[in-house]
Amino acid sequence: MPATAATAATALPADPMVPVPYRITRVARELSDTFTVDLVPARGKAPFRFAPGQFNMLYVYGVGEVPISISGDPADGARVRHTIRAVGTVTDALRRLKKGAMVGLRGPFGTPWPLDLTEGCDVLIIGGGVGLAPLRPAIYEVLNNRDRYGKVCLFYGARTPDDILFRGELEKWRGRFDMFVDVTVDRATGRWAGPVGVVTQLIRRGGFDAYHACALVCGPEVMMRFAVPTLNEIGVANDRIFVSMERNMKCAVGFCGHCQFGGAFVCKDGPVFRYDTISKLFNVREL
Amino acid sequence: MVKTGGMYDLLAEHPFFAGMDKGRMEVVAGCAMNERFEAGQYIFHEGESADKFYLVRHGMVALEFHVPGREQTVLDTVHKGEIFGWSWMVSPYTWSFDARAVELCRLVSLDAKCLRGKFDADNSLGYDLLRRFIPVMAERLSAARMQMIDMYGQPPDRK
Amino acid sequence: MSAKQKSESAARVVPADGLDALIRALARAGYTTIGPRVEDGAVTYRPVGSAADLPLDMVDEQGGGTYRLRASKGAGYFAHVVGPHSWKRYLYPPRQLMWRASRARSGFAVEAPEPAADKLAFIGVRACELRAMEIQDRVFDNGQFTDPGYRARRAAALVVAVNCGRAGDTCFCVSAGGGPRVEDGYDILLTEFPGKDHTFLVQAGSARGARVVKALRGGRDAGEADLRAAQRRTDAAAKAMGRELAGDAPQVLRENLEHPHWQRVAERCLNCANCTMVCPTCFCSTVEDVTALDGSHAERWRTWDSCFTTDFSYIHGGAIRRGGAARYRQWITHKLASWHEQFGTSGCTGCGRCITWCPVGIDITEEVRALAARGGRK
Repeated sequence: MPATAATAATALPADPMVPVPYRITRVARELSDTFTVDLVPARGKAPFRFAPGQFNMLYVYGVGEVPISISGDPADGARVRHTIRAVGTVTDALRRLKKGAMVGLRGPFGTPWPLDLTEGCDVLIIGGGVGLAPLRPAIYEVLNNRDRYGKVCLFYGARTPDDILFRGELEKWRGRFDMFVDVTVDRATGRWAGPVGVVTQLIRRGGFDAYHACALVCGPEVMMRFAVPTLNEIGVANDRIFVSMERNMKCAVGFCGHCQFGGAFVCKDGPVFRYDTISKLFNVREL
Repeated sequence: MVKTGGMYDLLAEHPFFAGMDKGRMEVVAGCAMNERFEAGQYIFHEGESADKFYLVRHGMVALEFHVPGREQTVLDTVHKGEIFGWSWMVSPYTWSFDARAVELCRLVSLDAKCLRGKFDADNSLGYDLLRRFIPVMAERLSAARMQMIDMYGQPPDRK
Repeated sequence: MSAKQKSESAARVVPADGLDALIRALARAGYTTIGPRVEDGAVTYRPVGSAADLPLDMVDEQGGGTYRLRASKGAGYFAHVVGPHSWKRYLYPPRQLMWRASRARSGFAVEAPEPAADKLAFIGVRACELRAMEIQDRVFDNGQFTDPGYRARRAAALVVAVNCGRAGDTCFCVSAGGGPRVEDGYDILLTEFPGKDHTFLVQAGSARGARVVKALRGGRDAGEADLRAAQRRTDAAAKAMGRELAGDAPQVLRENLEHPHWQRVAERCLNCANCTMVCPTCFCSTVEDVTALDGSHAERWRTWDSCFTTDFSYIHGGAIRRGGAARYRQWITHKLASWHEQFGTSGCTGCGRCITWCPVGIDITEEVRALAARGGRK
């Protein structure tokens, strides 16, 4: 007898291919094309636990499914939070959903940011655009356990001052005495009095111990391609750089083959990779 | 060499001159001058004679492009430990953008005519300085290209 | 070898009509019997009711981009090698329902179908095809996730393997490590001895196989001589193999990701995806979300997909692999190199289907050789 997913989730080990209904409890607009939704399971129990860097597959009824990184605090057991940029059919549909609407959720999937390995190191968090969203759980985790890490630097690049994601939080973090935050924009508009340029330039201005630093990098692939040599140049070796890759994740469990990047399935062997393990492939075109 | 003692120290602590031979640095210091700009003050304008280049000791400088009918466009910002201005090396030796102090800025300027004279006397000094300039130029060009491709923009099929 | 020990407990030599008895016995035991039969001028795998449905005395002539069946008197039931079908279509169907959703009060409910496991008996499974199944077993149970449907179908399927007595023109299983001798992984193994005294050596490789073999009437228990005769059949097939996959293919491919030869392949490749459809190990799939017009129901279907389509590598904004060169490189590099990293085995069994069914006859063994020869190797 076929079981509904809600009962199956309690009775059987959940089939990773079958979405579980979740309900939207809050929608917040972040930017003109970016928004955050909070989700709780439609039936009973608390949401799953996740590690910073992991993603879910979100399904909109009758439209389709997309991979979305989790952007919330891993210590928050009450809800799961996703920050989404509308860039296609499904994300457009997600944007139209209101509080109370239901989505299907699978996961969490994928490898996390290696926050255990980075303990004791200076932590460089380097984000570009909406790439700050998958990094935010790592920032929370590091700040929740601040004494385990050395210097913490966040370098963030956005298109314009109006495209700076989580601006309020960035300002709050910037006000902390135990964290260095610098933000740059490609194009200055309005009354922006901060740096203009690319995020790689911020890295050079950093002021951290490059030889005892680990870098977590997430943004457009081209940004990562330029960030890595800059990190190398100042002394951060490839085996201490972690990047989050983006490919066409469809099944999220390594069956469909769409997200292959060389020998890796980005959905289950990634999305977070230690850079030296993929460095040979990173600059191969159309791989 | 009466007043170069202070300038020498300022140059020596700036990353741009890191590792430069002491004798050469003293020669360069002979062309250097301390400058201070208040927030909002223009350091130079496009089209003016480019007779200097600048080391930033403190503050942030915006390199801007003025387009009539539009707001000033900030192309890049330059920060403590960085340099700006290479039009003094390239004919016709005029600035191709504006430079504005975003906040209180303490700069060291190096006089172009003075430097060119020293280079003529000692080519290896010119070579040393160019080797320091070119990576900065390359990095700015590469950054400008990345800004140009609009990598954070919406995907091409959505524009 | 365990299979051999098991086979000694139940190995018989039966006259040719024993094949029909075997098929009928399997049907009586509740199996749907699937086997080779001629359809649209090719040997495909379809339900068969008796030995009469099998392609008796038919030989396939294959080459790069060509396939012809021709009658050959006295050749036997399994004188053909492999056609455009593989058993993957039964273990991993081209179109599968993943789940159904229906609109409910304030939301929707999702139902997943129970993994259905019809009892299928596969008749005439070649060594390369058994190898393909073992390879797909690793794909659908990757250490982190298991495909319950695949696992159920695979566990329920009974395998009647057959040793190849002949090498096809595009076969290269010897160098790919796929055959031609069936070593393990079968329930029942047939070796055909065609000709005037047309017989089969029937060996059991599992308890359920042994039950069927022991119930066969007629014939006699097999002896050492019969096993040696079977060995000679596969040895002859191995010797006749005309193509060879270079042993260092994984290194050649990994070291030549940027090579002008990819462009030359792309000039020939039509991006038709035939090679991926006929390949017994290619597993890529996509999903289709289907919604009823009134929105009351939605379904997700999983269908075979191919890395040769442009959409395959789509991420918001466009496809990663835009050119044919990049797509061919992805396919062959995945098959022969990345597969080792992913599943600890090559993805190629040497069945030769991708060569035969390529409309322009692109030959996977030749392309590896060309890349190696054109000197990208350092």
